[in-house]
Amino acid sequence: MAPLQLEGSPKTPHVNFDPETGLLELKGRSIPENSIDFYKPLIDWIDKYGRSPQPKTALHMQLEYFNTSSSKCILDVFKKLEAIRAAGNEVTVLWHYEADDEDMLEAGEDYAGIINVPFRMIQIAEVDDN
Amino acid sequence: MLDRIHDLYDELERQRVMLSFKGSLTEDLITALLGLVERKMLAIEPDARARKRVFNVVTECLQNLYHHNAHLKLADGQAVQTTDPHGVVMIAHADSGYSVLTGNFMAAGDVDRLKTHLDKINTLGPDKLRDLYRDTLADGQFSPHGGGGLGMIDIARKSGGKLEYGFVPYDKDNAFFSLNVNVTP
Repeated sequence: MAPLQLEGSPKTPHVNFDPETGLLELKGRSIPENSIDFYKPLIDWIDKYGRSPQPKTALHMQLEYFNTSSSKCILDVFKKLEAIRAAGNEVTVLWHYEADDEDMLEAGEDYAGIINVPFRMIQIAEVDDN
Repeated sequence: MLDRIHDLYDELERQRVMLSFKGSLTEDLITALLGLVERKMLAIEPDARARKRVFNVVTECLQNLYHHNAHLKLADGQAVQTTDPHGVVMIAHADSGYSVLTGNFMAAGDVDRLKTHLDKINTLGPDKLRDLYRDTLADGQFSPHGGGGLGMIDIARKSGGKLEYGFVPYDKDNAFFSLNVNVTP
């Protein structure tokens, strides 16, 4: 299957899903008005990937901002990963948050409390977006 | 009108308004407004967490305005239909923090539900708000735009204070909703 690669925009994250390595990456900001439109292809891709996944899948989440319209879509992404893990594969979510961004750390913890996939919280230096 | 420009300027200055907009809202315009807010915050606010919280609150408020909008504006005191969502937003910088003020027409039939929701949120402290957020997130219910009732909870969490709101009944179908969110880092 083909990788899924999307350039980031002021309202949507950079996406790089690689089926050969099992490395999935979502990076930037996720604040579109209609998140369902943006996330549907991502969720469909993971659904398809889940039919013959790599033994190890890692999703790197490195979001600077996400809106509540994205929150439930992101949960749906995690639910797809939960199903891949339930089928006996190793799945990890690596939740990157900027130092001092306690809100983003809490958001990761909230997902980790809902989803049955191991989360690793990774503190990164503050991103200079100037 | 000409002699009122000074008064308007004076009033905006007194209220320490750093950005104000009234009119039709499109997705592109929201992107542009958010870009302005982000640059302005970077220039005036040294605390990264405060900058993020204000940006988050403005994003949610503008998107609420965009999605929950009766597509009406006032013309000579009468509510008339508009093509795009219509509303007003002001962001003010006070000594204690930032105020994000929004106003728009909404369906009168939704007022009671929104009021109940806001009153409930205003009774909750930070931990209970987090629980409510997590429970609402986990319940699997999607609203048409994806938020599923998380918007106001998130706004309250990022605000750190109570949500100040008001409704002005307009006609049998519509009411004007005003919201003031104080972000006090």
